[in-house]
Formats: sequence, structure tokens, C-alpha cells
Amino acid sequence: MATKSTAAEGARPASEPGTLVLLCVAAWAIPGAGHFWLGRVQKGVVFLVALTTMFGLGLLLQGRLFPFDLGEPLVALAAFANAGLGLPWIAGRALGLGNGIVTAVTYEYGNTFLIVAGLLNFLVMLDAYDIGAGRK
Amino acid sequence: MSSHLLLLVIFALLVSAVFATLSRDEPREQLRTGAMMFGGFIAAAIILGWLMFPLPL
Repeated sequence: MATKSTAAEGARPASEPGTLVLLCVAAWAIPGAGHFWLGRVQKGVVFLVALTTMFGLGLLLQGRLFPFDLGEPLVALAAFANAGLGLPWIAGRALGLGNGIVTAVTYEYGNTFLIVAGLLNFLVMLDAYDIGAGRK
Repeated sequence: MSSHLLLLVIFALLVSAVFATLSRDEPREQLRTGAMMFGGFIAAAIILGWLMFPLPL
């Protein structure tokens, strides 16, 4: 009987649902951690370096880590995007970083770096999930 | 660090690296895709910048 060949062959799927949840939590908390877990070290290194650099630059550029203010939907959405970066975001909030200086000429650039870094990490997390589930 | 062009180049470089790594598996393909994306980002920004130069009219 012939067997189907899939693109997932050769990957190291984390097929258990509980393992997949842990994988997603790790991928959210530390950029690239999900790919390290799955043995995709080169990809993990790129994600770790690029996303933490974006986050650090965003803070240096006086960007703001937005609060979850549901009264202001755009602020809440920006906060959700910021939260995509996991532990660096938690550490930034805990250390009181990312207050944002509106009058700084780089304020909007900083916000862009911070928001995009978080959103990209959500994509990276979904990619790790797909690999872990054997879809890629 | 308030040069608009420098910040644009850094942003384009980092985003291209992440997207290329996400979308390709082979390092050579990642490099090629990333370089094309990076070039596209920079070219689009410069062209749009010049198109908007006369505004507001």
C-alpha cells in the first residue's frame, strides 16, 4: 500500500496537545524558543536576534509600551501587539520602561518598532505551532 | 539616532530578515528572499517619498 509523502516529513512534530500548548507559550515568551525546541536552530537565532533588537530599539527610540485601556480601542490594540513579545515585554513593564516621550522626535518610530516586534512574534509563534503540529 | 533614512533601513532589514526566515527553509533561499524584500522596502520608501515631495500642494 502506497503511503502519502508530506512536507512535514523530517520535522520533529510535538504531536501531544499539551506539548503544543507549552511550545506556543515558550515561543511567545522568548522569541525563537519554539524553533529552538523543534530543532530549527538557525531560524530560532534569527528570530531571537531580530525581534529582541527591534524591541530594544523601540525602547531606545522613546516608544511606549501601551496599557490595556479598553476605553481607547486603538491603545488597547497597540497594547495587545506589544504583549506579543512575551518576557521582554513583561520585563519592560516591570522595570518601568517604555513610558514613551510624546515630544521626542523618534516617538512614533519607537512605537512602530515595538508594535511590529510583537506582531511578528505572534507570526513566529504560529509558525512554530504549524511545525510542531506537523503541518510544515 | 534620529535619521529617518537610517531608521527606515534598520526597520526594513530586521523585518525582511524575519519574513524571509519564516517563509523559506533553506539559508540560501532565505538570503535571496530577504535581499529582495529589503530592496523592495527601500525602493518603495524612496519612490513614495519622492512622489509625496510636492505635497501639500
